[in-house]
Amino acid sequence: MVGAASAPAIVVKGLTKTFGKVEALRGVDLEVERGVVFGLLGPNGAGKSTLVRILTTLQQPTSGSATVVGIDVVRDAARLRRSIGVAGQQVAVDDQLTGLENLEVVGRFHHLSKEESKKRARSLIERFDLEDAANRRANTYSGGMRRRLDVAASLVGDPEVLFLDEPTTGLDPRSRLSVWVAIEELARGGTTVLLTTQYLEEADRLASRIAVVDHGLVIAQGTATELKERVGGSVLVVQLSDHGRLEDARVVLSRYGTNPKVDSSTQEVSVPMSAGAGAIAEVVRALDTGGITLSNLTFHQPSLDDVFFALTGHASEVAAAEATGKSKK
Amino acid sequence: MTSSTTAPSLTTPSLMTRFRWGVSDTFVMVGRNLLRYVRLPENIVNVTVSPIMFLLLFTYVLGGAIRTSTPDYITFVLPGILVQTLLFGGFGTALGLAQDVQSGLFDRYRSLPMSRSAVIVGRLVADLLSNIFVAVLMIGIGMLIGFRFGGSFLESIGSPAIGILFALPAAAIFAAVGLTVRSVEAVNVIGFTLIFPITFVSSAFVPVESMPSWLQPVAEANPFSLAVNASRSLALGEDPGSSLGGVLIWVVVLSAIGVPLAVRAYSRRS
Repeated sequence: MVGAASAPAIVVKGLTKTFGKVEALRGVDLEVERGVVFGLLGPNGAGKSTLVRILTTLQQPTSGSATVVGIDVVRDAARLRRSIGVAGQQVAVDDQLTGLENLEVVGRFHHLSKEESKKRARSLIERFDLEDAANRRANTYSGGMRRRLDVAASLVGDPEVLFLDEPTTGLDPRSRLSVWVAIEELARGGTTVLLTTQYLEEADRLASRIAVVDHGLVIAQGTATELKERVGGSVLVVQLSDHGRLEDARVVLSRYGTNPKVDSSTQEVSVPMSAGAGAIAEVVRALDTGGITLSNLTFHQPSLDDVFFALTGHASEVAAAEATGKSKK
Repeated sequence: MTSSTTAPSLTTPSLMTRFRWGVSDTFVMVGRNLLRYVRLPENIVNVTVSPIMFLLLFTYVLGGAIRTSTPDYITFVLPGILVQTLLFGGFGTALGLAQDVQSGLFDRYRSLPMSRSAVIVGRLVADLLSNIFVAVLMIGIGMLIGFRFGGSFLESIGSPAIGILFALPAAAIFAAVGLTVRSVEAVNVIGFTLIFPITFVSSAFVPVESMPSWLQPVAEANPFSLAVNASRSLALGEDPGSSLGGVLIWVVVLSAIGVPLAVRAYSRRS
């Protein structure tokens, strides 16, 4: 099989990876169709980067197999490198080279001619809105510009599949938006993108399919809408003024969403609500009728933690660590 | 190398094409590294300031107390300090590679369809060119303070050339170390603890006969002494004898170990 055009962009079967005693991947199965932006959602340390590093030939799996555009990532690594582009978690930009030079060097390493490398570099600089800084050294760039240059470099070889490992981690909101816009343009152009992220919002905005990764396993897969339905859409949190009515409030809220959470330390009851904001008035009326008085009410979009809670029944490691930190204080 | 494990297929490029790509990759890598040299001139200053200081201190402070067979101490010590400085260049090789690992650039390179050895060879060639620059500079300053070549033009060229050649496999071994420890700080520690004993227990700064008898065989067997002796003989216009052949054998042996080690350390996919 020679990278058949019909082959899915990525096929992963029973992939495991252990580092000493640490099991980073514990049997991942995944299939990504061509032409989609696929989001790999999970907390820090879930195994996302390890998976990306294996798929981009930077690391070898302990067991299992993986192909990208039909090419085996282990046996045919050298050939696969001609078909993929990678922007790793760490921005890989040559600080002493200008934006243009950075891209030209990558073009030459893709064995494009000098002229072709220059042409390609110029068009990518334009596409990523870096014209003003094209001839400036990269060490003068802002975080967002460096990230855009990094993503641009991953596109020099015109890859069939693009891997972006946490492309917006550590960026300020404005830079994040500019990277999002760039990825959205790629998606419209039909490039297959595998994107890892810790933010549900990001996966929701960019990815048409999402796999949720936890402790080295894919624990759920689907479209953003499907996943949100499993979480129950948005989350309603009510805070009671009377500690004794928490259980009553839980019973009331269970009519509007599944599995309400009671937090007695903050006197809060939260419930995922698929019905949307329109049902809030109803909930308030129901609580009022039951004589339960509220001191606060919030309604928020589900976060990665909500997804995790709904899918695993436990908070993500990060959230758990933060929670312990808080309770210790 | 990974390319040797590649299954043959319709789109695998021919050996000729791969060779051409490898050469082109190496050239681009040399150019990239030279650009960094030019744009970070402090790197060149760093590698040249201490040897020039060494040269002046040894000549004017210690030189008077050291009896040598040469007409004056500068003639004796310049080849020694020069070969030592060129060896120190390998340090720069390891540092540069460790920097590229830390900055994440090597992950990009390793995901590209480029030659694995080009990254190492490109680095070695760029550092070799910088070593040539350093050699010219040091000989120039040496001449200002009384150093003179005693042989033919060819011997005068051959004297620093021996040092430059000898530094090459050493740089490759340094490169392997830099790529294995992957940290700029660790490279510094390892480099200093290795280079100082190796270069001082040698014929570089004092005649070996002036050392205690138990140390003399160590200094004589030191390959660095061989390189210094060969370089010094050529500078004086004397017959280097067996030291020249000895140096060449060491260069071949160390290269055969160092270069593959460095390429392997770079390509390793843990």
